[in-house]
Amino acid sequence: MAQTRVPAVEGWFTTGEDGTGPALLGSRCAGCGTFAFPAESAFCRNPDCASTSFETVPLSTRGRIWSYTDARYQPPDPYVAADPYEPFCLAAVELAAEKLVVMGQMVGGVTVDDLTVGDEVELVVDTLYAEGECDYLVWKWRPVGAGPVTPGWEG
Amino acid sequence: MAAPQDARVAVLGAGMHAWGKWGRPFAEYGLAAARDALDDAGLGWRDVQYVSGADTIRNGYPGFVAGATFAQALGWTGVPVSSVYAACASGAVAIANARAQILAGLCDVALVVGADTTPKGFFAPVGGERKDDPDWLRFRLLGATNPTYFALYARRRMDRFGATEEDFAQVKVKNARHGLANPKARYRKEVTVAEVLGSPMVADPLRLLEICATSDGGAALVLSSMDFARRRAGGSTPLVTVDAVSTVTPTFPNAVIEMPNFATDSAAAVEPAPGFRPSIAAAAYAQAGIGPEDVSLAEVYDLSSALELDWYEDIGLCGEGEAEKLLRDGVTALGGRVPVNPSGGLSCFGEAIPAQAIAQVCECVWQLRGSATGRQVEGATVAVTANQGLFGHGSSVLLRR
Repeated sequence: MAQTRVPAVEGWFTTGEDGTGPALLGSRCAGCGTFAFPAESAFCRNPDCASTSFETVPLSTRGRIWSYTDARYQPPDPYVAADPYEPFCLAAVELAAEKLVVMGQMVGGVTVDDLTVGDEVELVVDTLYAEGECDYLVWKWRPVGAGPVTPGWEG
Repeated sequence: MAAPQDARVAVLGAGMHAWGKWGRPFAEYGLAAARDALDDAGLGWRDVQYVSGADTIRNGYPGFVAGATFAQALGWTGVPVSSVYAACASGAVAIANARAQILAGLCDVALVVGADTTPKGFFAPVGGERKDDPDWLRFRLLGATNPTYFALYARRRMDRFGATEEDFAQVKVKNARHGLANPKARYRKEVTVAEVLGSPMVADPLRLLEICATSDGGAALVLSSMDFARRRAGGSTPLVTVDAVSTVTPTFPNAVIEMPNFATDSAAAVEPAPGFRPSIAAAAYAQAGIGPEDVSLAEVYDLSSALELDWYEDIGLCGEGEAEKLLRDGVTALGGRVPVNPSGGLSCFGEAIPAQAIAQVCECVWQLRGSATGRQVEGATVAVTANQGLFGHGSSVLLRR
């Protein structure tokens, strides 16, 4: 039986299952144009902007690696780890249009040996953990040009 | 904003409970450190007119009201207290509070105390299902531990400045040697580059021996007004003063990814500001009217061996990209021009969060008095500490004798 696909956090990204492709959801300040991720709804981080009006926008789905690392040991709770634990890579990715750096896990199968600062990556949605009949989803980064590493990310 | 004519306060006493994994309630470490500092000052508990506590968030309610917890442990005297939390910078903010009380003329003698009891392994967020807390969410959604962030900075140094894994290992080797004779340090064992590089990789490129452990410990200071210190002068111990305390926050837009955030600020509307870390000690230098060239020694927050190299640049010991050369030339080792972490640093202590920024100051006090046996920086006259607490807390204290 197919698992139900549920975002692991509400409102932070689209799964793209309507055919638009997955994207992170940030905010854009109506006053000064500052972006934020996760989205701000109450205040603008710009000290010279008093705007309280924000639009929710999909962020660029491609960016370049600002830095990267991996997690050789199982992170503590509340991380829900696979059993047995499988190490994964993380990357901080610079989005040119928004001029911000956003973190994410790399998709499975990527090791630090595959990565270099400045590499282009693209956003995908992938299973973070499964519990009961649900697959809990999160955004991840995937090297541009790599095939679909995990099935189903495109919905 | 007018600077006070004399914004100095005197350090009359410094005290510590040794760092370790003792498994006792944190208040016991704080109490021991406080008594130690009071003895060092030649003062009694009843001489204290203000208690400034640095909080711990992993030890229940007593940890949230640390100032009161320590005051109760010493015996209620009616003394006013405050308790502050600023993550790793908590100790510096506690010092800043005590200093402000003294400079405002509200008290003559203040006691600053921080102590912690820590769990084993990676720091985890406080328990419960807290989906509006970025510190909880970064573990849940990314599995991003503290070493994840340290490793991102380390990799960036390698990419931008050609730092090598051996450079990072050499920082550990240096600090291990520094801490050998420090009776308050938890780890007192020399290590070789080969041993560091042979230790398990935790968060590439950082290895187990390069990442600071979590420790139990306690540190305390007795601070006083300059007038009070002068009235008591006459002993053989040189008077050490706190000349500046910086507790700055970042300036928008901060282009460096900071723990526990998912993203940096966006620089789409405003040009990126100068970095946060370089602004921390810069504010202390500006307050004191001196510069990094005047510094005899520094205690910086080596959460990882690689991060110590970032600090060399951030506290102005060298220009950007020059830290590796400073290390390789032995400038920051004992015997060099400006030893960094003569105490052994977090590398030899492990981190006892609310006590750590206070412990940095304790080491500076002993160095400036010339009493840091086995690790003394000869002729030290000016010392600076630097540290950064998550959620945007800068911390730097400048001391002079």
